[in-house]
Amino acid sequence: MKRIRTVSGLEELRVSILKKKDPEKTIIRICNTGCRARRSSKVIEAFKRVIVDQALQDRIEIKGTGCHGFCEMGPIVVVEPANIFYCRVRPEDVADILSETVLKGKVLERLVWKDPHTKEPVIFEKDIPFYKKQKKIVSHNSGRIDPTDIEDYIAVEGYKALAKSLTAMTPAEVVETAVASGIRGRGGGGFPTGIKWRICSNAPGDTKYIIANGDEGDPGAFMDRSLMEGDPHSIIEGMIIGGYAIGARQGIIYVRDEYPIAIMHLSCAIKQAEEYGLLGRDILGSAFDFTLKISRGAGAFVCGEETALMISIEGRSGTPRSRPPYPAIEGLWGKPTVLNNVETFANIPQIILNGATWYSAIGTSGSKGTKIFSLVGKVRNTGLVEVETGTTLREIIFEIGGGIRKGRRFKAVQTGGPSGGCIPISKIDMPVDYDSLREAGAIMGSGGMIVMDETSCMVDVARYFINFLMFESCGKCVPCREGLKQMHEILKNICEGRGQRGDIELLSDLAGVMTTASLCALGGTAPNPVLSTIRYFRDEYEAHIFDKKCPAGVCKNLFEYVIDEERCNGCTLCQLRCPQGAISGEKKKPHVIDPERCIKCGICYSICKREAIRVK
Amino acid sequence: MKVAIIIDGQRVQIDRGAPIIDAARKAGIFIPTLCYHEAIKAYGSCRLCMVEVIQNRQSRLVTSCNFPAEGGMEVFTDTPRVRKIRRVIVELLLARCPDVPLLRTMAVQMGIDFNRFRKKEGKECILCGLCVRFCEEVVGVGAIGLANRGTEREVATPFKVASDVCIGCGSCTYICPTGCIEMVPDEETPKLRRMNLGKLSLSPCPNKYQCETCSIEQEFFEDIKRVIADFRGNHKRASS
Repeated sequence: MKRIRTVSGLEELRVSILKKKDPEKTIIRICNTGCRARRSSKVIEAFKRVIVDQALQDRIEIKGTGCHGFCEMGPIVVVEPANIFYCRVRPEDVADILSETVLKGKVLERLVWKDPHTKEPVIFEKDIPFYKKQKKIVSHNSGRIDPTDIEDYIAVEGYKALAKSLTAMTPAEVVETAVASGIRGRGGGGFPTGIKWRICSNAPGDTKYIIANGDEGDPGAFMDRSLMEGDPHSIIEGMIIGGYAIGARQGIIYVRDEYPIAIMHLSCAIKQAEEYGLLGRDILGSAFDFTLKISRGAGAFVCGEETALMISIEGRSGTPRSRPPYPAIEGLWGKPTVLNNVETFANIPQIILNGATWYSAIGTSGSKGTKIFSLVGKVRNTGLVEVETGTTLREIIFEIGGGIRKGRRFKAVQTGGPSGGCIPISKIDMPVDYDSLREAGAIMGSGGMIVMDETSCMVDVARYFINFLMFESCGKCVPCREGLKQMHEILKNICEGRGQRGDIELLSDLAGVMTTASLCALGGTAPNPVLSTIRYFRDEYEAHIFDKKCPAGVCKNLFEYVIDEERCNGCTLCQLRCPQGAISGEKKKPHVIDPERCIKCGICYSICKREAIRVK
Repeated sequence: MKVAIIIDGQRVQIDRGAPIIDAARKAGIFIPTLCYHEAIKAYGSCRLCMVEVIQNRQSRLVTSCNFPAEGGMEVFTDTPRVRKIRRVIVELLLARCPDVPLLRTMAVQMGIDFNRFRKKEGKECILCGLCVRFCEEVVGVGAIGLANRGTEREVATPFKVASDVCIGCGSCTYICPTGCIEMVPDEETPKLRRMNLGKLSLSPCPNKYQCETCSIEQEFFEDIKRVIADFRGNHKRASS
């Protein structure tokens, strides 16, 4: 009954959905994905309960949406039609929102976002600096629609791009539109998507596959996750269009099993698309067949690498293989295969709808469009941000991100996940695009951005990422497996005060060989954290090796906590909290730390209100 | 189709798409390798056979064991970049397996007299995967595989229990470049022979594969039953 058989049928459905909507009805949008970490599901439950109690079902609709982006301030609740933006909403606030905002139209000042400097309340999302500088193309639906309801997506022009490509364009025209748009792969490599499609569509063979890579594994990154959770249909639509363009009739979405909500929403979206006839046989009467299934990954980081991902889908253990042959010629089950990141696919419907010229006008000359970054670390406004490529790091970190927490100084930003690099303050005005990042020794990666302040030790940061990669390396090739092991050993020695003259040179030498000799991109980019920190923070390495000091106060063997006599007012707080009893002193007189007993747990350092505890 | 490529100044005729290393061997040029064998598919894991290739006026470093030959290609097997990669790889492998004679010989040939890497292990297996691939591709048995990931990677039988498909042919012993697989005749089950893969001993099942009467198996199932019961109990409590 629901099955749509023609393009006009889709248009009629859209009109009827819009007609059904009651403009008088208040819609309350609540993030039901990322904000669950801050108990947003309890907020939703509370809303539903109160609405039933007060018999307001006809006037109010509660909509669980995807991520709104401003994760720092979650759970986020937006009250339509005025679009009042409430943050950090707790279940206790629900009754007030209903009685004041919904019924009386009053804004609850305690729940709106306040400017940290002026303390001025800001009521609407569009006025908050976090959103002002952003340009939402890919994530524009996330936070606005219910990801588990296909009609919500159809109402916002969903599947219109699919209808356009299937009826008004030939597969070759779709490929050429993708080429002309200049879009590059959003998974990190930055290979032009259109060119990949062209190679695959020209490859001989009847059976072809199209795969979406949702195996996001970088520490601190959640862009792909929130796209899959918040707007699964845009990925599905992009994949059907891609399948039509290259001549694939089967698609696979590879999602790691650590993302249960993403798998749930994607499965639900696939099921609904099948019911509506947007997946399956003869889509919209175009004689094009396309099926889609989900393949769940067991969570190996290396399975984000394209050849390893395909081997994993085939049911073997995920280890990369040498290229050539490239997957576009010989991929999954030896057939021509296109593999793109889920974010790339989510861009496709917009490109088809608005045209390649529109898209290629956004961004820089070499990197078109927008990119979603997950902004995390010591920055004030953590969350997901989508900006035009070419936006500077300063704009992202200081204007959107609101600067560094606790008024500390910015030190570096790690872009591109564990295989990315650390970019220092001197490069903060650099435009963010594929080429400038590579030049600076980092990579775009899938879009992680970890901001670090002066309390981060760069040698320790490098050690952390190398440790992560050492455990995630597949172990097939020698430079990556043995190289990471030795690299970790050298960094560990430096951090523990056993660094030697020549260690920096040995690290650079080893890194050079790993970059050129490794089998896949994991090993090839693994030395980036080390190379970039040596390049920009060599003095810190030298302080560790020669002076046996950790200037940031992170490496426990290489610093001491001391109490500044002038600042300490003898409040005894540190003395009470010290688990070792290492702090002594009389009330209202400066205290002292016994370095013999101190285990450098840092409790005194973080609780002292007068900042009297120093790193020496 | 035959194509002509130039290796270290020598012109060599070879099938298009064949690995470069075959062309080099034809021309009598030695390229060191630890994971390549003509009888099985190239794997590209040791990275020792890297060479510099100039193709379409672009220079790149590739593994000669699996990079396909194309007409007009120029190959250099002994450049400073190539030498540096080989040296570091041998150093890395020697840190893992300090006592393997083959690696020590290679180190001497490359003029390595001091290993700069401080973390030393006493392993014998270099994880080239020759035994695993030979067992699968040539013998057609697949009794052993590569288990675990990264630094934990090792050659093992499935679940590290004695293999009931191993025919004791000894191919793995023969092909292993470091000699870390040893064959020991086993009197109880003459068909299966015990192999020592480094520290891992692959002894046959003590219960002669009588799983249904095996106490290990019984305990395992008891454990599983308990876990499932716990899980259901929790699930019920959570939903009620």
